[in-house]
Amino acid sequence: MKYWRTPLDIDKIKIPRGELHIIKERCKGCGFCVEYCPKGVLKLSDEFNSKGYHPPVAIKPDECVNCDLCEMLCPDFAIYCLRAEDVEKEVTS
Amino acid sequence: MITEVAQQKQEHPMEKLLRMDRIPHIWCPTCGIGTTVTALAVALEQLELDLDNVAVVSGIGCTGRVAGYMKLDSFHTTHGRAIPFAFGLHVARPDMKVIVFSGDGDLISIGGNHFIHTARRNVDITVICVNNFIYAMTGGQVAPTTPLTAKSSTSPYGNYEHPFNLPLLAASSGAVYVARWTALHIRRLTTAFKEAISKRGFSFVEVIAPCSTLYARLNKLGDGLDLMKFYHDNSIIKHGADPKDIDIEYQSKITVGKFVDIEKPTFLDCLNNRNKEVFGDKYKIYGGGNGHNRD
Ligand SMILES: Cc1ncc(C[n+]2csc(CCOP(=O)(O)OP(=O)(O)O)c2C)c(N)n1
Ligand code: SF4
Ligand code: SF4
Ligand code: SF4
Ligand SMILES: [Mg+2]
Repeated sequence: MKYWRTPLDIDKIKIPRGELHIIKERCKGCGFCVEYCPKGVLKLSDEFNSKGYHPPVAIKPDECVNCDLCEMLCPDFAIYCLRAEDVEKEVTS
Repeated sequence: MITEVAQQKQEHPMEKLLRMDRIPHIWCPTCGIGTTVTALAVALEQLELDLDNVAVVSGIGCTGRVAGYMKLDSFHTTHGRAIPFAFGLHVARPDMKVIVFSGDGDLISIGGNHFIHTARRNVDITVICVNNFIYAMTGGQVAPTTPLTAKSSTSPYGNYEHPFNLPLLAASSGAVYVARWTALHIRRLTTAFKEAISKRGFSFVEVIAPCSTLYARLNKLGDGLDLMKFYHDNSIIKHGADPKDIDIEYQSKITVGKFVDIEKPTFLDCLNNRNKEVFGDKYKIYGGGNGHNRD
């Protein structure tokens, strides 16, 4: 059974896009960002930072919707997301 | 798209509110204190307050380090004395927003008397208590918030002392705003911080947060991520719940929400009103500026 209909303005909806930044050296590998990203964008990498932690890596970077949940939950201020448009603007201006 | 820090031009949005020379902070991997700090920083940003008029005051403990990490006027007091310092600061500078950010042991054990009396007098400050159910910094001793049967380094066979229910303690002492969230409820927690900071009077937010190194380890509960998952599965949102009904038991359901949001004259209101009654026009109302006591 289908619980939702296709929105009438489906062609007008713009899904926000985010540009992720991971500050690997600051990360303590807690996995909060990986666990709670609603889009499954992240996973902990096999790579080590200089303190021996595994920072996250974006496995599906194009699916990031800039919801900021990873940034809000990170206890180490080691990950953040910017709106993709904003980033472009910054680059061109 | 993903950029590594070496190439990026932007800085982490938190950096303007942190003393970056002290970062990375001392908190353990999967500790929830840093997450709670982010919620406060985002709340302050969204409130668009003049940050020159915001002060953060902490006591001693892992949570007590917060005053040292935030790039605001801040004071790291002796153990248990965050609230009396904040009270003094508020009275001297009623134009400032004064936020106490400290641990359950600091605020409720050694500082418990200050907590109840400052709530009773409805002093216009905000108190944020990170409750990790333990004295973390000193090695995981039992706290007045440790749930019955939970292990700590001084209750190796399980705690047998009744803990405080912090929202009930705050509400019955006279707080006008009382909420409880976990570190996982990051957006609702941010909203609660905004409401508490905007509230006129004594506002209190309890944040249940993981201590991985002591509470989780001594109780064999895994790490902080396991505790976050536990909060996810076991939190019940019940706005307006009677604080009497929201005791926390060991590893069982946690009621979260906003429990109290009422209006009551503040400490300075009462001081002004009484003196006005007694001295009439001779009395000059105390407390102007751009904080809560503007009117
Ligand atoms: C007067 C005094 N007594 C005792 C201590 C030792 N002490 C330091 S922190 C602390 C408990 C902190 O617990 P809490 O406030 O819950 O902070 P947490 O580390 O759990 O965040 C104690 C007892 C002290 N520093 N000063
Ligand atoms: S911003 Fe949201 S969608 Fe993007 S990585 Fe972070 S949590 Fe996932
Ligand atoms: S939440 Fe932060 S510290 Fe934890 S794994 Fe992700 S980036 Fe690292
Ligand atoms: S001991 Fe516990 S509360 Fe202190 S930093 Fe480590 S995890 Fe956090
Ligand atoms: Mg504690």
